Amino acid sequence: MQINGTLYERDVEPRILLAHFIRESCGLTGTHVGCDTSSCGCCVVVLDDERAVKSCTMFAAQADGHSVTTVEGLEQGGTLHPIQQAFWDCHGLQCGFCTPGMMMSTYVLLKHKPHPTESEIREELAGNLCRCTGYQNIVKAVQQAGESR
Amino acid sequence: MRFRLARPSVLVDIGAITGLRYLTRDNGTLTIGAMARDSDVERAPWIGEPRWGLVSDVSRVVADPIVRQSGTIVGSLCHNDPAGDWTAVALAARASVVVRGTAGDRTVPIDEFLVDSFTTSVAEGELAIEARIPVPGDRTSGAYLKIERKVGDFATAAAGVQLTLDERGTIRQAGVALSAAGATALRVAEAERVLVGQTPTADLLRAAGAAAATASQPQGDLRGSVEFKKHLAGVLVERGLRTTLERLGVQL
Repeated sequence: MQINGTLYERDVEPRILLAHFIRESCGLTGTHVGCDTSSCGCCVVVLDDERAVKSCTMFAAQADGHSVTTVEGLEQGGTLHPIQQAFWDCHGLQCGFCTPGMMMSTYVLLKHKPHPTESEIREELAGNLCRCTGYQNIVKAVQQAGESR
Repeated sequence: MRFRLARPSVLVDIGAITGLRYLTRDNGTLTIGAMARDSDVERAPWIGEPRWGLVSDVSRVVADPIVRQSGTIVGSLCHNDPAGDWTAVALAARASVVVRGTAGDRTVPIDEFLVDSFTTSVAEGELAIEARIPVPGDRTSGAYLKIERKVGDFATAAAGVQLTLDERGTIRQAGVALSAAGATALRVAEAERVLVGQTPTADLLRAAGAAAATASQPQGDLRGSVEFKKHLAGVLVERGLRTTLERLGVQL
């Protein structure tokens, strides 16, 4: 599979989850595993530049032949992606554990709704849990990222 | 599988069959291919039409928005979780499922498709390839209401309803179904019988709700007692019918 534009070819056990493949086999530890039960959204990656998936709930083999974007794939040539810049500017994080998943969910959200309202952002990010911020600055960051597109 | 509730010796990923990802409306039928995802329905350009009230409502409350980008409607029907969302909606909308095997296709009405908890009429060697929902007419709408502790949790109680009125405002067809109210989603035939042929009134909706509360057979758990869940079933049916009538422009 392609991850952030780089081809990774591996033989994997059928049971290996995509999250573990990305972290352990490919060494891309920006994708976090929080709950392992599809609840928290810390492990969200983008598949085929089209849909956000919880990579703890998908086998690596299911992503065979697909392209995956992880949080490491957002920044280009040393320049932060507008979503990353917005999380920085708005201080949309505290401990940062949920942040990669938040940003990857935001990436797909803004594809479908380029200028979401506050309530749309809150609804669309309902699958991503943050235990620090109370979400205020995350919502602001997503709004700013939408405006800067 | 994660919780070892299922340990299949063989697992076939149908995700690669891109030909099963379709959502079409032809000849009065909405056809949902086995790989059409919840988010495909949620983002369909026609989903805002009042006639799709029932389907629109459910497409926004299944699991969470990320899971809906992976989950499929047909998959949800095949999983047949007692607290699933699409199963109750399929009953209220009088859907059917097309099952393909080596002997050919068979079209199974949803009432026969849902056999028991986590069990459907799909046999060994068969694959459910699409769900079919009759396209509601101009005088049809519906609603799906669900009480959950938090986003992504299973329903504490949920109800799907759909009504078709005639030109004079009399209820011509009614679909009423509950989730988390028994071994599978449950059609409340008694509530449907109460409604059909009548002019909607507050008393009528209350009677339909009462029939749903009686029919509901929930399990008591941390989400609530049996009594509480039966009460909720009645409230949600009554409220769903009220919302449906509002969507049809009917004031009680």
